[in-house]
Amino acid sequence: MKREQVPQDDDRLMEGRTRDLCYAVDENGEYVQVLSTGWEPKNAALMQAWEEIGEQAKAIYSQVQAGQVSPIAFFMAQCMFDIKLLSDYTGLPKRKVKAHLEPEQFRRLDAETLKSYAEAFNITVEDLVNCTNTADPFSEEK
Amino acid sequence: MIVDFKHRQAAHCENGVTSNIFRYYGVDLSEAMAFGIGSGLFFIYMPFLKYNGIPVSSFRPLPGMIFKRATRLLGIRIYRKAFRDKTASMKALDEALDRHIPVGLQVGVFHLAYFPRPYRFHFNAHNLVVLGRENGRYVISDPVMESLESLSYDELLRVRWARGLFQPKGKMYYPVKIPGKIDLASAIVKGIRKNCREMLSIPIPFLGVRGIRYLARDIRRWPAKLGDKKAALHLGQFIRMQEEIGTGGAGFRFIYAAFLQEASKILNKPRLQELSENMTDCGDRWREFAVMAARIIKNRSGEGESYEAMSAMLLEIADREQAIFKELRKAVT
Repeated sequence: MKREQVPQDDDRLMEGRTRDLCYAVDENGEYVQVLSTGWEPKNAALMQAWEEIGEQAKAIYSQVQAGQVSPIAFFMAQCMFDIKLLSDYTGLPKRKVKAHLEPEQFRRLDAETLKSYAEAFNITVEDLVNCTNTADPFSEEK
Repeated sequence: MIVDFKHRQAAHCENGVTSNIFRYYGVDLSEAMAFGIGSGLFFIYMPFLKYNGIPVSSFRPLPGMIFKRATRLLGIRIYRKAFRDKTASMKALDEALDRHIPVGLQVGVFHLAYFPRPYRFHFNAHNLVVLGRENGRYVISDPVMESLESLSYDELLRVRWARGLFQPKGKMYYPVKIPGKIDLASAIVKGIRKNCREMLSIPIPFLGVRGIRYLARDIRRWPAKLGDKKAALHLGQFIRMQEEIGTGGAGFRFIYAAFLQEASKILNKPRLQELSENMTDCGDRWREFAVMAARIIKNRSGEGESYEAMSAMLLEIADREQAIFKELRKAVT
């Protein structure tokens, strides 16, 4: 890759927080470091992953609305947790985490347990209880 | 109190931390050098080992290997410690910082507050350096970020205790002994030789050049075996491994080419410069591969763009890389 070929395809995926460092050759054939705001193929691959996550989460969201599962199930999909990982983060046994996927059980959770779930998902307790999707990195744009 | 530590951005966290920490102790080593001496170029395709239902692939060895190999070859002794207790891990960090030691940490990125949100997956083998404390916050040199960052005590504790695959368990490390004179030339030669073995001679069909050929055979069967959607997801994951996770472009091929160029000058071997150029061409082929893959992902593939065509590209890349490493082996004996 030549220096002038280093792509600058900014899809705001790095949110202006940083740029990617790439290696490319300059006009004398010497390797130099060049910053890039993004590259279309890799942006597409990352967006594809998020769209897939979004689709799965959306399907579960309607189940939450229908009262079939608790918001924990929704945030597990949106934040890519399985039962084991969520149990590791919260320190709750797996069977309890499973039980809390039931809306009935979820409603009876104490403040401390709710807090540990919210912390694992990196959201507020309020958003967890109301199933407000603040965990989607693209939600503010919608 | 912040130590006088030069934050230099890098393509990849592990090489970046290695290179930045070494430089602090007076060993001037570029990111590409750290990568090359650590025999960082690799290829892994594990069709039977799945993560979220998608085969595991990688363009580099397991996390920590590059750092380990580079420090060993350079004769640098490292203190490293993982913990059982969260508070103890923070106390040990504070004590090291009080002694003005920049401390390397392994962390997870899911809760890493300054990281761009679309990149916060459950990836736990990220590396950064803590420089000290200022106004109650930890000052962080994260090699993939352009400038210095900071984290609160709670934020830092949380990422040091991320859970899941490769969980860091508060792991911290810093050099304790740097030799007076470093034999860079010998480290380079050993690093290259090891990398030749890794790419050419491991008798397992999923690793090195053989791994690329294995993927070439597998990839053409994906659409029939998995259906279009799942096949495209497999492809997307592979492209992310190739480009996204701080590879400097083309699955570390460009960094390795930069290393060969630098090595050519240090060892005074013009042949390595020629091989660096071949490696650059190879990286360009990987980039073309990604372009085609992205068009398939987005359903915009044109004439001649198919899984079959990508399979042929991979076979060609495998031939090229095999030739380069065979020549490299000759060049450093």
